[in-house]
Amino acid sequence: MLLNIKDLHVSINGKEILNGVNLEVNKGEVHAIMGPNGTGKSTLAAAIAGKEAYEVTQGSISFNGKDILDMQPEVRAQEGIFLGFQYPVEIPGVSITNFMRTALNEIKKYHGQEPLTAAAFLKKMNEKQKLVEITSKLKNRSVNEGFSGGEKKKNEIFQMAMLEPQLAILDETDSGLDIDALKIVANGVNKLKTPDNATVVITHYQRLLDFIVPDFVHILYDGKIVMTGGKELALELEEKGYEWIKQRVKA
Amino acid sequence: MKMQKSQPLFQKLDQWLEESQGFFNANCQAKRAEALLKLKKLGLPDKKMEKWRNTDLSEALKFDYKLWTKEFSPAQIQNDLFQCDVHDLDAFTINLYRGRYVYQDQAIFKMENGAIIGSMAAAIEKYPELVSQHFDKYTNSENKAFDLLNTALFLDGLFIYVPKNTKLEQPIQLINAVGREENTFVQNRNLIILEEGSELTLIHCDDSYDYKRSFTNSLSEFYIGKNAKLDHYKIQNINNNSFLINSDYFYQERDSRLNTNKMILNGGLIRNEVVNTINGEGAESDILGLYLADEKQHIDNQVFVEHAVPNCRSNELFKGIVDDYAHAVFNGHILVKPDAQKTLAYQNNNNIILTDKAKINTKPFLEIYADDVKCSHGATIGQLDENSLFYIRQRGIGIDNARMLLMYAFAAEVINHIKIESLRTRIDDMVKKRLRGELSICDQCVLQCSTPEYHFEIDMAKID
Repeated sequence: MLLNIKDLHVSINGKEILNGVNLEVNKGEVHAIMGPNGTGKSTLAAAIAGKEAYEVTQGSISFNGKDILDMQPEVRAQEGIFLGFQYPVEIPGVSITNFMRTALNEIKKYHGQEPLTAAAFLKKMNEKQKLVEITSKLKNRSVNEGFSGGEKKKNEIFQMAMLEPQLAILDETDSGLDIDALKIVANGVNKLKTPDNATVVITHYQRLLDFIVPDFVHILYDGKIVMTGGKELALELEEKGYEWIKQRVKA
Repeated sequence: MKMQKSQPLFQKLDQWLEESQGFFNANCQAKRAEALLKLKKLGLPDKKMEKWRNTDLSEALKFDYKLWTKEFSPAQIQNDLFQCDVHDLDAFTINLYRGRYVYQDQAIFKMENGAIIGSMAAAIEKYPELVSQHFDKYTNSENKAFDLLNTALFLDGLFIYVPKNTKLEQPIQLINAVGREENTFVQNRNLIILEEGSELTLIHCDDSYDYKRSFTNSLSEFYIGKNAKLDHYKIQNINNNSFLINSDYFYQERDSRLNTNKMILNGGLIRNEVVNTINGEGAESDILGLYLADEKQHIDNQVFVEHAVPNCRSNELFKGIVDDYAHAVFNGHILVKPDAQKTLAYQNNNNIILTDKAKINTKPFLEIYADDVKCSHGATIGQLDENSLFYIRQRGIGIDNARMLLMYAFAAEVINHIKIESLRTRIDDMVKKRLRGELSICDQCVLQCSTPEYHFEIDMAKID
C-alpha cells in the first residue's frame, strides 16, 4: 500500500477540522476526494504534506510503510509526496528553471543519487514542458510571478512532471480553469500515470473527473469520509447535490 | 548641541585643517575655515536630535582617527590599491586612497568629447568657474554637521563634467577602499555635473581591504541638467569595524532622469542621506536601496525628496533583511510644495526581520501642500512568509535553502533594477553569498566572488 491514513484527526489552532479520516491508496490508482466547501479537503492535503499549523492529534499516516508524521515537509516531498497547490505561491526573482533544478537535486541527494548535469536537466525540462503545453517563455520567468490562474495550475503539473512523485495530491487544481486549460492539466496528469504511482484529486466539481477518471470517489463531509464509491458516485453527487449527502449523513 | 570637547575627533579638527589648507587656494581655504567654525558651533549630532534619534554615533566618534594629509607618490601605493574585478564590467575605474585621488599622469583630463574627469582638488584649481557654479550649491550645509565637516576638511574626491548632449558610454567606477592602517579617517567630496541632454553611469563602491577600523564621511553633489540622465549605483561593503556616513545630493532640472540604487551589503555603521531636489517639470527619479544587516550592524537610510514643480514623478523603494542583533533605520520624507501639482510620488520600505533581537525603525512620511497629486507611502516589517516557505519545502527543498531562496526573492526586486548586466550578475552573486553568511570582506576584493557556486544548492546561475 502506498498511502495509509488511519483515524486521522487534525486541528488548526485548537479547532478540530478532521475527525477520523481513513484512506488507503495503492499504486496505480486514481482517487477523487469531493465534498462541500469548508469540510476539510484542503486540510487533509496539507496534513499529508506536513504543513506546520496542521496539528495531528490522533491517528496515523504512513507512506510506503513509513510513518511520515514526524517528517519535515521537505522530507515527505523527497520521499515522493507532491502537493499541487490550490493557490500556488509567487516567488519573484527565482526562475522556474533554477527552482526545479534545486528541488530535483535535493531529492536526488536524499536518495543518494548524483545531481543532473545542466544538459540532462534542460532536456528533461523541455520534455516535461511539452507535456503540459508550456511555451518555452515560461521557464525563464520567475516562479508563478505574474502568472494567470491557468498558468499557475499548469505550472503545478509541470513541477509534478519534473519531480515524478509517487503520490500526487492535486488540491482543487481545476478551480479557476477554463475548459481548454482544464483539458491540458488533465491530459498532463493522465500522461504521468504509471502502474507505480498514484494520484489523489481533490475537487469540488465533477467536471474534472470527466477528464481524470478516478478508480475511487470519496466524499468528505464534516471532517470524515462519509461515502466511498466508483466514478459513478461523482455523477450521482453532481446530479443530487451536496444536500443529498447532508441528509444521508443525518439519516 | 555643542560638540563634546572631550571627543578626540574634536581636538583634531584644527590640526587637520592646518595640515590640509596647503592643498587649496586662498578662496577655498577661506571656505574651509568658515565651515569649520560653523561646525564647531553646531556640534556633531547626538541622539537627542530627531534625525539621529535611532542612530548613535558616540561609539563611532570615540576613536583616535588619522586624516591622511601627507603627500604620497602613485608608485608607492600601487601595491596597496584595490583591484576591482567585476568580470565584463567595462568601466573606467578611479581609486580613492585614504580619500586621495589616485592617478598616474594627470590629476584631471579632458576627453575629446569635452567631458572632464579627474580629481576634485585639481578641478578646483583648473576649472574654478565650473566648480564654483555648483560646488556646495545643493547641500544643506548650514544645519548638517557632516556636510560642514566635509566642506571644511575634505582632501579630494571625484569631479566629472559631462558637456551638453554628450553620452559617456563607458560607466565610471569610483572605488573608495579603506584599511591597511588602523583608524583611518576619510573624507571625500565629489561633484558630478551633467549638462543638458547628457548621460552618465556612475558606480560608487565603498570597500575595505581588511578589518581595520575606519570612518568615512563622503559627500557627493549631482547636478542633473535639463533632459540629462544619471544612472547611479552605490555599493557599500565595508568591514564591521568601519563607519560610513554618505550624503548624496541630487538636483534635477526639467525632464531629467535619475536612477540611484544603493546596495548596502556590509558595514559596522552606515548612514545614507539622500536628498533629491526635483526642480524642473517632467523630471523623474527612482531611488532604490537594498540593505542586508546582521551581527551588530547598524544601517540607516534617510531619504528626502522635494517636489518643487508640477508634473514630476519620484519612486522610492528600500528593502532590507535584518538578522541577529542588527538595527536598521529608514526615514523617508517626501515634500510636495504648493506649486507641484500632478506630482506622482511613491515611497516604500519593506523589511524582513529574522530574529527577535533585531530591530527596525521605519518612518515613512509625506508632507503635501498641493491638492492634485498622487502620493503613497508604506512600510512593512515582516517575517518570511510561512505559506511560501511551505510551498518551497513541499518541492523537496530543505528549510535553510527555502529561507535563503525567499530572502533572495525579496532582495531581487531591487537587484533587478540594476541596468548594467555584468554588475547585476555580480551583485546578485554578492547578495547570495551575503545571505548564506559567507560574505564579509575578502582580502582584495569582494567583487571577485565569481567562484563557482560549488555548494550553493540554490543555483541561480543562468543555465540556458
